Amino acid sequence: MYSYPFSYHRPGSIDEALSLLGDFGDDGKLIAGGQSLLPAMKLRLAAPGHLVDISRIPELSGVRATGGGVEIGALVTHSQIASDPTIAAHAGLLAEIANVVGDLQVRNRGTIGGTLAHSDPAADYPAGVLALDAEIEVRGPNGVRSIPAKDMFVGLFTTALDTNEIVTAIRIAGLSANTGYRYEKLANPASGYALVGVAAVVRLDGSGAIAEARVGITGASDVAYRAEAVESALIGLTPNDASVKAAAASAVDGRDMLTDVHAPAEYRARVTRNLVRRAVLTAVSRARS
Amino acid sequence: MSDQVTVNIEVNGTNRVATVEARTLLVHLLRNEFDLTGTHTGCETGQCGACTVQVNGEAVKSCMVLAAQADGQEVTTIEGVAPAGSLHPVQDSFWTDHGLQCGYCTPGVIMTTLNLLATTPDPTDEEIRHALEGNICRCTGYQGIVTAVKSAARRVAAGDPPVSLR
Repeated sequence: MYSYPFSYHRPGSIDEALSLLGDFGDDGKLIAGGQSLLPAMKLRLAAPGHLVDISRIPELSGVRATGGGVEIGALVTHSQIASDPTIAAHAGLLAEIANVVGDLQVRNRGTIGGTLAHSDPAADYPAGVLALDAEIEVRGPNGVRSIPAKDMFVGLFTTALDTNEIVTAIRIAGLSANTGYRYEKLANPASGYALVGVAAVVRLDGSGAIAEARVGITGASDVAYRAEAVESALIGLTPNDASVKAAAASAVDGRDMLTDVHAPAEYRARVTRNLVRRAVLTAVSRARS
Repeated sequence: MSDQVTVNIEVNGTNRVATVEARTLLVHLLRNEFDLTGTHTGCETGQCGACTVQVNGEAVKSCMVLAAQADGQEVTTIEGVAPAGSLHPVQDSFWTDHGLQCGYCTPGVIMTTLNLLATTPDPTDEEIRHALEGNICRCTGYQGIVTAVKSAARRVAAGDPPVSLR
């Protein structure tokens, strides 16, 4: 299929990109990997008159260690995240997630900045950045600011980004000792999108009880969310199959589950509870080792 | 503003230039402008992988890349994996190990396989299937493909040369 015609621009710097976005207003759209935007344009669901290609702006790429944590440029692809040693050392959960995004070809083009800015309800990373409590750095006409992951995903394909703000980097603090993580996913076999995806980060205290827990859920609802009821239920728990299963029971409380051609709401609810249980149990066993 | 772009792309080792509409996809540039029809269009929605080529050595779905985005890059298509008149060991393995039936998905599968073998020279069955998730085959049920890729991995690791077409 063919998108509607458009003009293509390739700025060499963030400033130039912001200036172009300002010129084009609603008729301009950023493109980097294009693995979500191009399919939408080919189906004519999106029809920007101007594409601003930021995929070669140097300031937006690169992975940097930052005192125990890591800073990931917005343009870093899923393939790069899946194989980068600094990310493996300090944000291994993201590498685990990156490895199951879409398929190899999509991973070679898709970027973390693009995924987070797009906030597809079935995207994988939102669960991960929520569970990691990441900071998302953005730059716009009014300057630079940092958005905590828990404030980023507002609604269906809607984020906390203001008009013409560009995601520039994602910052993740290192994980403490006795912490384990896991991403569990039920994928659509054709597209690779998450019917349900659960990211869990769990820290154990000296006695083996859960001291800290963060659970990010994607795919199940119209936007990724932190399962705060589950997290509260997990704190102080001595984790085993039964206790974690009981804690997972509240995974979808207060949330509307999606119903679509792939799965009805009740199925998503049940899968979510199961994947929360599995993700937490695996995170616990990794924390122990 | 013009809705045209001029792209300079190194395709299979040769510099090619074209001026096309900005909305032109890489797959259509390759097939329509450069007459490289070994790259196929299947679903046009980015799921089947029949359009897979390599950009700078990485497998990508050429129906999900704009020609403009390939400007200044190196693109390899199925026509470029072995010298004319010969088959790359990966291609030959698909023949000897029955990794294809109708052959429509095969160029895309081979381009992805070459990416896999470059990063993972001795892949397990699971690694092969994971790498090929973006290539859909309607004919084979995939087992023949996996066998062919394992065969190919051995031959590439052994440094087998291209096979003359007979």
